[in-house]
Amino acid sequence: MRFFSTLLAGVLFGTGLLISGMANPAKVQNFLDLFGSWDPSLAFVMGGAIAVTMPGFWLVRKRATPFFSDIFHLPQRSDYDAHLVVGAATFGIGWGLGGFCPGPAITALPLAATGALVFVPAMLIGMAIAKFVALRVWRAASS
Amino acid sequence: METEFTPFMSLLGGALIGLSAVILMAAHGRIAGISGLISRIIPPSTNRKEQPQNLIFIVGLLLAAPLWFLLPAQLPVQLVSSNYLLMAIAGLLVGFGSVIGNGCTSGHGVCGISRLSGRSIVATLTFMGTGFLTVFILRHMAGG
Repeated sequence: MRFFSTLLAGVLFGTGLLISGMANPAKVQNFLDLFGSWDPSLAFVMGGAIAVTMPGFWLVRKRATPFFSDIFHLPQRSDYDAHLVVGAATFGIGWGLGGFCPGPAITALPLAATGALVFVPAMLIGMAIAKFVALRVWRAASS
Repeated sequence: METEFTPFMSLLGGALIGLSAVILMAAHGRIAGISGLISRIIPPSTNRKEQPQNLIFIVGLLLAAPLWFLLPAQLPVQLVSSNYLLMAIAGLLVGFGSVIGNGCTSGHGVCGISRLSGRSIVATLTFMGTGFLTVFILRHMAGG
């Protein structure tokens, strides 16, 4: 059940991305194209997701612990730092350029569109660079 | 290139994404943040015990499209740019930015906003803003 619940969550997430149009970069870019061929669909994806997640999380948190773990692993930070804003801004530029964010890119990988086959390895490299280099440099600079 | 406005399919797809996030939280107490799940697999990993779960979730994502072909319905159309350079730069920026900014569309945009996290609201507004700006420049100024 431990593993099955995670696998099910992954398949549901991927299927949701495919059905919603979020895994289609053209649709993502049209959502971001307010002054052109605007397609507001993605606002409905976010709305649909939050409409389930918000009450869902609230119900789940009424339990003392999750089913297969000792604690809820929730982000504890509430400060606003440069990393958050610079990271999100960088992420948004890439999202606009390619129309992919991490989940849809991985989900679209088996469909083997050339753009996705280039995007995913580049994304992994970007993550590795961020983990190895930038965080180390910034940590050194701030200490 | 116009795309069809699909409010019902998008709402339904969004609800499935939300259901997935609730399952992950109920079962393992984890946030369904895809950039986090992926980047934690890249060494150095801080928590080896959670690695199998990260991998299995990603296997689930990878199975979604192949499983679709068992259904009688057509897979929705997908239009991906085949400009290698553009997609490579986009991938680098998305990967880099999501790690530095501690999350992406799912972790900040869905789970974070659902928890009313101020950090996630700031992050979501920021990446939406630079996303709008990028597409504006790409399509209306660079002539793409």
